[in-house]
Amino acid sequence: MNKPQVRGRPGDGPGPGDVAAAQPGRAMADWLPAELLPRLRRGGIIFPFLVLFIVLSVASGSFFTKVNLLDIVDQQASTLIIAAAGTLVLVAGGIDLSVGASYALAGVTATQLSASPLLAVLAGIGVGLAVGLVNGVVTTVFRINSLIATLAMSFVVSGLASLVTGGNLIIAYTHPAFGDLARTAFLSVNTSTWTMLAAVAALGVVLSRTTAGRYMYAAGSNAEAARLAGIRVQSIKLSTFVLSGGAAALAGVIDASRVLSAQASNGETTLTFTVLAGIVVGGTSILGGEGAIWRTVVGVLFIALIGNGFDLLGLNPLYEQITLGGILLLAVGSDAWSRLRSG
Amino acid sequence: MPEQSRFQGAHVELRDVSKSFGGARALEAVSLQIGRGSIHALVGENGAGKSTLGKIIAGALPPDRGQLLLGGEPVHFHSPRDAIARGIVLIAQELSIVRSLSVAENVFLGTEPRQAGFLRRRALRRRYAELAATAGFELNGEANAGGLRTADQQKVEILRALCRNAELIVMDEPTAALSRPDVDALHKVIRGLARAGTTVVLVSHFLGEVLELADEVTILRDGHVVRTTAAADQTEESLLDAMLGRSLGATFPARRPVPADAPVVLSVRDLTAPGVQDVSLDLRAGEIVGLAGLVGAGRTELARAVYRASRLAAGTVTVAGEQSVSRVGRLAGPRTALRGGIAMIPESRKDQGLLPRRSVTENVSLASLGQLSRAGIIRSRPERRTVREMLGRVDVRGGSQAAPAQTLSGGNQQKLLFARMLLCQPRVLIADEPTRGVDVGAKRAIYDLLTTLTADGLGVLLISSDVEEILGLAHRVLVMRAGRIAAEFTGDEATEAAVLSAAFGATERGAS
Repeated sequence: MNKPQVRGRPGDGPGPGDVAAAQPGRAMADWLPAELLPRLRRGGIIFPFLVLFIVLSVASGSFFTKVNLLDIVDQQASTLIIAAAGTLVLVAGGIDLSVGASYALAGVTATQLSASPLLAVLAGIGVGLAVGLVNGVVTTVFRINSLIATLAMSFVVSGLASLVTGGNLIIAYTHPAFGDLARTAFLSVNTSTWTMLAAVAALGVVLSRTTAGRYMYAAGSNAEAARLAGIRVQSIKLSTFVLSGGAAALAGVIDASRVLSAQASNGETTLTFTVLAGIVVGGTSILGGEGAIWRTVVGVLFIALIGNGFDLLGLNPLYEQITLGGILLLAVGSDAWSRLRSG
Repeated sequence: MPEQSRFQGAHVELRDVSKSFGGARALEAVSLQIGRGSIHALVGENGAGKSTLGKIIAGALPPDRGQLLLGGEPVHFHSPRDAIARGIVLIAQELSIVRSLSVAENVFLGTEPRQAGFLRRRALRRRYAELAATAGFELNGEANAGGLRTADQQKVEILRALCRNAELIVMDEPTAALSRPDVDALHKVIRGLARAGTTVVLVSHFLGEVLELADEVTILRDGHVVRTTAAADQTEESLLDAMLGRSLGATFPARRPVPADAPVVLSVRDLTAPGVQDVSLDLRAGEIVGLAGLVGAGRTELARAVYRASRLAAGTVTVAGEQSVSRVGRLAGPRTALRGGIAMIPESRKDQGLLPRRSVTENVSLASLGQLSRAGIIRSRPERRTVREMLGRVDVRGGSQAAPAQTLSGGNQQKLLFARMLLCQPRVLIADEPTRGVDVGAKRAIYDLLTTLTADGLGVLLISSDVEEILGLAHRVLVMRAGRIAAEFTGDEATEAAVLSAAFGATERGAS
């Protein structure tokens, strides 16, 4: 149990912990310039992203073309939407492993109702918000660890999705109007991409410019301090889960509209982990209290570029996963290390 | 030089041991002998250095200077593990019980009878039974340790010490959390240990207990040994007398008199909450009320109850005459208190105050973003300006507002928390140990700040373990003991001797 500490450290005068805090930057690794690592981390993923971008531009003629770049972004639209909302969850100190399942449930729900695109969208997003609400209530009211709560929910929601489809692929080819939702080109960019841009921008504003965003950082950084500063920590956390569920559903609806079909098991676990990988590679801390939407965008696109590069350069796709795993470890490791150094 | 112990040779001897934390001196040239097989008590005020001394003996803290001799031979403990290897075990105030294991498993933790890596359950049970019989404890080895009462958990710790062949056990406030019958039982255990030849170093706040149990007493004041004497020669009064006395004082700003017609800004009636029993108090505008008492007497608990960080069982809290923050048993939290005009600087700035990796600006504006935003969007320029002005007011100089809060010094971190609360324009400020772990300069700045704030009509409830600080700043002193307000002093009555004897509750736990 993680009961808030009532008395702090009893005993006489300052303890050894205070001494450690008084001398930050103890010599953990003298062979590294003290400022190098934090600075690299702050700029974070930008530098490797640019390097990769330039390398790919030089190495493959077909990389730096409008078609390829727009294609990458459009393919990542759903991942970016989910990851942007997932960033809020992580910043506030939680984690949402049910996004893949919510994505699938929203996709099949919308496809079932595709005769009326408006109803399809509303119902699809509605179920996602509902899943998010349940996640939020379970983790905040019942104080169940969000990792386990959302993992459990992902099974429940997957089951519900199978129930909707009866285990089949459901198709909406007879309702092209549903397909127009994602596939209408505006200024030569698909509506799916526009929707993604709007959603990501909105979430970015919420996190970086609003009081709610500040409270998310506070809740993830030091929940007890936030509570004592008069912040409704649990409501804030709950809202991040609702947003995450809604975003996963929006992504599910967009992808269903894009391919005019949906099925219950749609690589949802892979999606959940791709989303998490993007967020963490971007530099948002899995321990809460730190992160930004722009980081997540760059992180997700970085992973997409690696995939695109392997395709374009005809490399063995086996190594793609290994590379990705290594990068993820590096990202998490540098976060842990910087925390260790700053005590 | 310490006088020769009456017991058969010194078990442990300290020679000129000094220890500092940061800039703060905890022990200064302490010399002391602890006789083999004796019960040796360490007494003193909060912060006198007794716990630190106990930790040094048990290897939990290394001394900065000086020597530790074990059986006449110099030793250097680098960790409690070293000390355990030499037969010295510390039982700390916070017990280290693995709640999910059984009593027997806890006792033999790390020294379980094993064979090829497998636990030998039967041997474990047999050895536990032997050990418990030797110690004379009736404690079921199969019971889940987490479900035990604190007193029984203490016994688990003692058994663990014994199974490691402890010859000297340091006990830090072993009875602080115990009820009266449990205290008696533990006293019996401690006497039994001493009879069996184990040396016991007893760190205790309870003078009655010390006089009842100890063979010898060492009195500490401000990190110095006042004297070591036979307990039989002492009375509670003589012990208290020795603990008193001025230290190298910080200086305090002149107190502003409270106007005679100053209204009551905080009124607490019959408040009962976890750790607080039936407390009533009034605080007037411009008044600083000091809340003194020993660690664990219920000061922080009272502060948290008033601020609604913990739930009330009964009673009311009223601000400025309106019934704005009360209602018994309701779910109201700090948010309600803050809106009602009560602010609190929590006891632990690291665990309960700071967002360590967020910027100074974010840390300060946190509780008042409502006023600094429009339609939920933060107006960043007014925010930075407001924070900058407030930082000037609480005297945080230099440094960037964008720097993470953890890069600031302890004193400046504390001032950030003042700034955060003052931006909420409270009528009542509760400051819980506001000067703990800050340097002398910052201390003085915080004193000045508190005094200035009262000029604006703020009522301050000041909690401090530093009696001088309370006497130097407060208009009125309330002394807490065992969750209640035990005494109240104003003006000339408020002396260190009076406050301390009320805090120690001279006769309450006496040798009854």
